[in-house]
Amino acid sequence: MRTLHKFHGGAHPPTNKTQSSSKPIVQAALPSRLVIPLHQHVGNIAQPAVQVGERVLKGQVIGIAKGRLSSAVHASTSGTVTAIDMTVVAHPSGLTDLCVTIIPDGKDEWIARESRDWRAMPHTELRHLLREAGVVGLGGAVFPSDMKLYSHKYKITTLILNGAECEPYITCDDRLMRERAAEILLGAEVMRNLLYAEEVLIGIEDNKPEAIEAMRAAMVAGKHEGMEVIAVPTVYPGGGAKQLTRVLTGIEVPSGVRSTDMGTQCFNVGTAYSVWRAVAHGEPLISRIVTVTGNVSNPQNFEVPFGMPVDELVAQAGNQPGTNGHIMGGPMMGFRLPSAQVGVIKATNCIIAMSEAMFPPAPPALPCIRCTRCAEACPADLQPQDLYWFSKSKNFGKAQTYNLFDCIECGACSYVCPSHIPLVQYFQFSKSEIHAREHDKQSADRARERHEYREYRMEREKLEKEEKLRAKEKAAQAAKPVPASVTADQIDAATEAQRKIQAALEQAQAQAAETASRNTENLTPEQQAEIAEIEARRARIRELAQSHVEQPKE
Amino acid sequence: MFFAPFISKPLNVSQIMFRVLLALIPGIALYVWYFGPAILVSLTLASITALATEAAMLKLRDRPVAPFLKDNSALLTAWLLALSIPPLAPWWLVVVGTAFAISVSKHLYGGLGNNPFNPAMIGYAVLIISFPVQMTHWLTPHGIGQVELSILDQLRYIFSGILPPGMTLDAVTMATPLDTLKTQLHMDRAMQDIMEMPIYGRLAGHGSEMVALGFVLGGAYLLATRIISWHVPVFYLGSIFVTAGLFHLVDPTHYATPLFHWFSGAAMIGAFFILTDPVTGPTTLRGKMIFAAGAGFLTYIIRVFGGFPDGMAFATLLMNICVPLIDAYTQPKVFGRKEKKQ
Repeated sequence: MRTLHKFHGGAHPPTNKTQSSSKPIVQAALPSRLVIPLHQHVGNIAQPAVQVGERVLKGQVIGIAKGRLSSAVHASTSGTVTAIDMTVVAHPSGLTDLCVTIIPDGKDEWIARESRDWRAMPHTELRHLLREAGVVGLGGAVFPSDMKLYSHKYKITTLILNGAECEPYITCDDRLMRERAAEILLGAEVMRNLLYAEEVLIGIEDNKPEAIEAMRAAMVAGKHEGMEVIAVPTVYPGGGAKQLTRVLTGIEVPSGVRSTDMGTQCFNVGTAYSVWRAVAHGEPLISRIVTVTGNVSNPQNFEVPFGMPVDELVAQAGNQPGTNGHIMGGPMMGFRLPSAQVGVIKATNCIIAMSEAMFPPAPPALPCIRCTRCAEACPADLQPQDLYWFSKSKNFGKAQTYNLFDCIECGACSYVCPSHIPLVQYFQFSKSEIHAREHDKQSADRARERHEYREYRMEREKLEKEEKLRAKEKAAQAAKPVPASVTADQIDAATEAQRKIQAALEQAQAQAAETASRNTENLTPEQQAEIAEIEARRARIRELAQSHVEQPKE
Repeated sequence: MFFAPFISKPLNVSQIMFRVLLALIPGIALYVWYFGPAILVSLTLASITALATEAAMLKLRDRPVAPFLKDNSALLTAWLLALSIPPLAPWWLVVVGTAFAISVSKHLYGGLGNNPFNPAMIGYAVLIISFPVQMTHWLTPHGIGQVELSILDQLRYIFSGILPPGMTLDAVTMATPLDTLKTQLHMDRAMQDIMEMPIYGRLAGHGSEMVALGFVLGGAYLLATRIISWHVPVFYLGSIFVTAGLFHLVDPTHYATPLFHWFSGAAMIGAFFILTDPVTGPTTLRGKMIFAAGAGFLTYIIRVFGGFPDGMAFATLLMNICVPLIDAYTQPKVFGRKEKKQ
């Protein structure tokens, strides 16, 4: 039995998972249109690869990965591209981003798919395949997986698969593990191979016994050696990558340090599944499991094509009166969608229809009474009450010395706060202020450097000019007593220039002769005759040209 | 709600304060049982004064009145102060003390959550320095004195200062067990003899030891419901025990037992209700331990060697001053930055 480790704090919000976890995954019916953002991943936005009016097939690339850190985007079904423009996307800001709108033709016609044997493929090719298939982290971070699946030999010992799913309401990983365990494990084998990892630890919170059972059952008969499914205690945020790593291995990855440097790498179970689909079936990432729950009549999980408008998806789970908004993600770290018309993206693990009864408005915040319930709940061992104080008073330096940037914004502090202070928002504010100030400082530093250099350059030029002027004056003064020598000097200068030109011409000719003489050895008489003929023709042309140029002069 | 988290734990400040008030009830009940209902009068007076002062100060500071009145924090200050004042003290003493505690030591510092000193203890300190005589009108417990005041007599005395004919104040009041011990020791009486006096019970003062036990009960409830953590009570009482124990071991005839100090004066109410005030205490766990241990030591020193009847209030205030320093020097290591334990 493996000894599990603990992390500090945590909270126990009501899980609300059973509403949607008992029903199998349903394929979502094709929507009326797909609005697919070209920027669904961390890194550079994909470059549009289709034209308006073009017919695309399911799985066809519509956005090409650009730059080192990027990922491809594909059409989720066959249909016609009707627009490539700036549209509101699923982001808390409510800002627009470049999206491809596709009207499905209902045929759901695939591109040609190729099944590959990953064991026969070199690692670079595998990584390239994943990048072209648009595989990104499906736990919410949407970091291009090919960039994380890179390791030197013996550097990473442990690959962690994250099936903890600690956020309330969300059950997409739970259902995926119950229904598609074998493919998750096959994907994990590909990942393990890419990372040269020895063991694979799959952490699942112990409130999902069916998923644990299904994953264990898929491991029978000598398959998947060195893999282990581990039930971890149910405590929020036990599914945070750092928290899960700590629980499973005892390793604490400090902020600013890569987990690979500590010998671990962590992926969501859904990502492992997509890796397998991409490699073994040639299917790019065009859909994912999304939990639709909250104020709907039939909460359940759907396999949703990317770009499907949220309102059409929610309607398939049964609209209920009183819905006043939608949360994307869980209630602890998710955000309220700016519009119900935005398309589902790779980061969409859950859509919660909100109602006044389920999510009552927060009471007005009272002052902090320093009760330290937040500090007791903080999984990063921070002192949120102090950080709050510093953030409120805009004492950002102090906030940084109290390790503000170690905050993972899990929201456990806000959740337990008896004064209902929106602590996470204060911390986000401070972080962005600090970033902005650092940016300002850097550009100010650059401007100052530029200015200083300019000053220096102008000073130098002034000195040089003065120097030249002085030299000229000196020369002029020296010339004054014998004005006759001026003409002699001028003549001298003219002849000197002519001599220089002559020398340059000679050099050029010598160079030309050198290049011309190349490849002329060991030639057959026929070739020599040919060359002689060409040379003669060139000479004639040159002559003709010269006479032609000289004619107008006469 | 517009931002995550969209859910919150169903426990608010008002409920926390209410549970602390609830936890005071066993102590108050035993108080009434042993000393008569006069304490209920001062509790009521203090409550009304506190709420009125709170409302007035909020109004003056241009803050919303209703949400803050509902937070129960003013009531808690009032109750803690009323329990520290002799029940037979004139009505204006309670009113002045509470009004000062709420207006000056709470609102002038910025209201709830911003006061560096425990308001109830500031109120107590102001009263004991300004009105030392009135602060000695402690009731004699039931069955000890020759005469006893009826409820009506107690009420009349509190509001008009008139005692029934033929009764003197000395006959119905007494010095506290701690004070008595100090004066008797001054008169060179041996500890054993002093403890034989009728005002002493099994461990400490007759009656008052039972009230202290009531506060322990309430404290246990607060611990069980995780309103307070064990660090402060354990380290405070532990510190008193160790300090008193050392003195007692060296010279048992002049220094009372640790248990006597535990159950005398404000030690128990302090351990569970006053030092555990989150606003004026440290936030880190190590800080809480240092804070409580310091307060325990100071309580004992002031009690035994100082001029005041009890050291609890001043120990609290002195340690309140140290809180920012304690917090700054006891910051825990954050995730991933801890030294390897191996």
